[in-house]
Amino acid sequence: MFFFCMIIVQKKMKDVEISVPIVYGNAAFWLGKKASEYQSHKWTVYVRGATNEDLSVVVKRAVFQLHSSFNNPTRIVESAPFELTESGWGEFEIAITLFFHNYVCEKPLNLYHHLKLYPEDESGPMSTKKPVVVESYDEVVFTEPSESFLARVQNHPAVTFPRLPAGFTLPPPVPQDESKRKRGDTKDHPLSQWFLNFSEADELLQLAAARQQVQTHIAKLRRQISLTDGQNQPFKSL
Amino acid sequence: MDAKDILGLPKTPLSITQEKKSRPQKDSQRKPDGISREVYALTGGVAPLMPSIDVSQLKRRPPSDEKITWQWLPFTSSARKDNLELYHWVRVVNGVPPTGDYSFAKYNKSVDVIRYTDEEYEKHLTDPKWTKEETDQLFDLCEQFDLRFIIIADRLPTTRTVEELKDRYYSVSLAILVARAPSLGEVPGHPLVKEPYNVTQEIERKRALSMVLSQTKHQERKDTEVLAEAKRIAESRLAAQAAEEPDIPATLDIGPESAERAVGSGDTISPSNVQVHAAAAAPSTSVIADNSSTLASLRMLRVYLRTYALEQMVQAASSSAGLRTIKRVEQTLQDLGVNLKPKVPTKAVCAEHLELRKEILTLLNLQKQLQYKEAEGSSFRDGSYGDMPGSSKRSQRAVDQDRTFVPDSISFGVIPGDRGVKREQKRKGPGRASETPSSPAGAHKRPRKMKASDL
Repeated sequence: MFFFCMIIVQKKMKDVEISVPIVYGNAAFWLGKKASEYQSHKWTVYVRGATNEDLSVVVKRAVFQLHSSFNNPTRIVESAPFELTESGWGEFEIAITLFFHNYVCEKPLNLYHHLKLYPEDESGPMSTKKPVVVESYDEVVFTEPSESFLARVQNHPAVTFPRLPAGFTLPPPVPQDESKRKRGDTKDHPLSQWFLNFSEADELLQLAAARQQVQTHIAKLRRQISLTDGQNQPFKSL
Repeated sequence: MDAKDILGLPKTPLSITQEKKSRPQKDSQRKPDGISREVYALTGGVAPLMPSIDVSQLKRRPPSDEKITWQWLPFTSSARKDNLELYHWVRVVNGVPPTGDYSFAKYNKSVDVIRYTDEEYEKHLTDPKWTKEETDQLFDLCEQFDLRFIIIADRLPTTRTVEELKDRYYSVSLAILVARAPSLGEVPGHPLVKEPYNVTQEIERKRALSMVLSQTKHQERKDTEVLAEAKRIAESRLAAQAAEEPDIPATLDIGPESAERAVGSGDTISPSNVQVHAAAAAPSTSVIADNSSTLASLRMLRVYLRTYALEQMVQAASSSAGLRTIKRVEQTLQDLGVNLKPKVPTKAVCAEHLELRKEILTLLNLQKQLQYKEAEGSSFRDGSYGDMPGSSKRSQRAVDQDRTFVPDSISFGVIPGDRGVKREQKRKGPGRASETPSSPAGAHKRPRKMKASDL
């Protein structure tokens, strides 16, 4: 009986996943009077928790790969907040590689962000006070999380914790010394006033409405098809 | 002056002299007066700018200091046994005719057929199914016809199959070879030993070949379909199985002692579980197979982005659709005010998005179906091609299939279902991939796979 339960648990763990919602992008300030030919903007590229929680519970380090024209284009950030500030004039693609703690995942993950300095609306005046901000929302999904991973992140606000299969219990979490560590969350980050809000509610509503329309249309078509079939039937019996 | 203005030509006299200068060059390129341009072009016209072949170089030959004559001389060939003397033209250089054997004699090759002595026959080669006489005859013919067994089979008075003859010949040759070899070591290199003739295999092989050759087109299509289906099932099974394997070692992390015990006596249960999973993950329809293999491969990644997962699932769901269909799905999404790529890709949003895409695909399929059926309907009612609705290729095909209902006054007097139909359709539609209607119009009860040509 015990072994049978173990097998069921093994099977169900297959469908368990931990997801970490993140937002990554950049904020760029025009330097105005202080701008030079090669340094017209000051920009910060970053990866943050979607609700501004500390990502360092899963992310060990982030590596930002900049354009080769930069000195030491491979910038390694070992602690949260995972960000990088530079000045320049050009827009280019930045490859961000996230390395996770050993108990989380041994494989790194790549993100790609196109650095944006200039506003979409080219006609508007450039401001030194209001930055150009481009952010993307995504979720990092970890499949088949190990028990130590689950134990470590349970109750952590940055992580979407899955529902565990019945009868499964985790050991209590190891208490972390929070006071000694630097704050890794971005709640009071200097750029936080510019961060965008991502709410799934709007998108869900949009999708639900669209699905409703499509389903109605499908039903109508099915009716029409059976009607036409009925009309065609007498001819086919010949 | 106004004309010059309009043409944009300069007005000063200086430029006129310039024009005069450039003209003679151009004149040599122009056609000669007196004949029209087209006629001149027929004769080769104006020469191309780049000379392709220098004609003057062609006729030149290296100046030869030899005196060449051709003489009618006799010759013999070593390939002949009878010393027959024939005559032919010979190229004589400086009065010296060429020496050597007839140049084609070297092509007179033949097979080395091993001949046995009567003694050897008695000792090694007797066989219940063959008389000595027959075997002798066979070997004579083999030598005469250089192992052309088809001819040999024809010439032998007894009725034996080619395979039987080959079998007898090769086994006799092998036996003699082995018998004559001074030691066993010298034999293995010989091709007769390395690749012995296998009668049953040969008969089977030829039978299979003739079966394949005589397969009807219908059979051929069915075979490829079945093979493709089997391949798909095998692949999805493989993906599901590969996903199963990491499960068992991964979950050993959960408590070392209990895991050991579980593996110990759970051995009988877990392998069958794996098999059940693999079998369950190999369903009959291709869409579900694509989905499960996508899920399996995602799981194997251990870490991935939600947007990436959605991309893969969308691809899997649209795998049976052509490019045009995919574009139409995207257009529909835009019309509905939905982002092609969700702005907030949470698990729920991605799931909804995927479902919406699948529903739109269904919608498009139904639209096509309705169009087809309506065209069918109007062809039934009208009974003439002139009233065909729109230029939909679908409706044309529907009409072509309904040949039985069309009065004889229409020109395609071809019986439905035979090759003529296919050719007619090909001529009508520009480059359309058509299929021979194998069933009467409208009787397509099976859901059809969407083809790019359907759109």
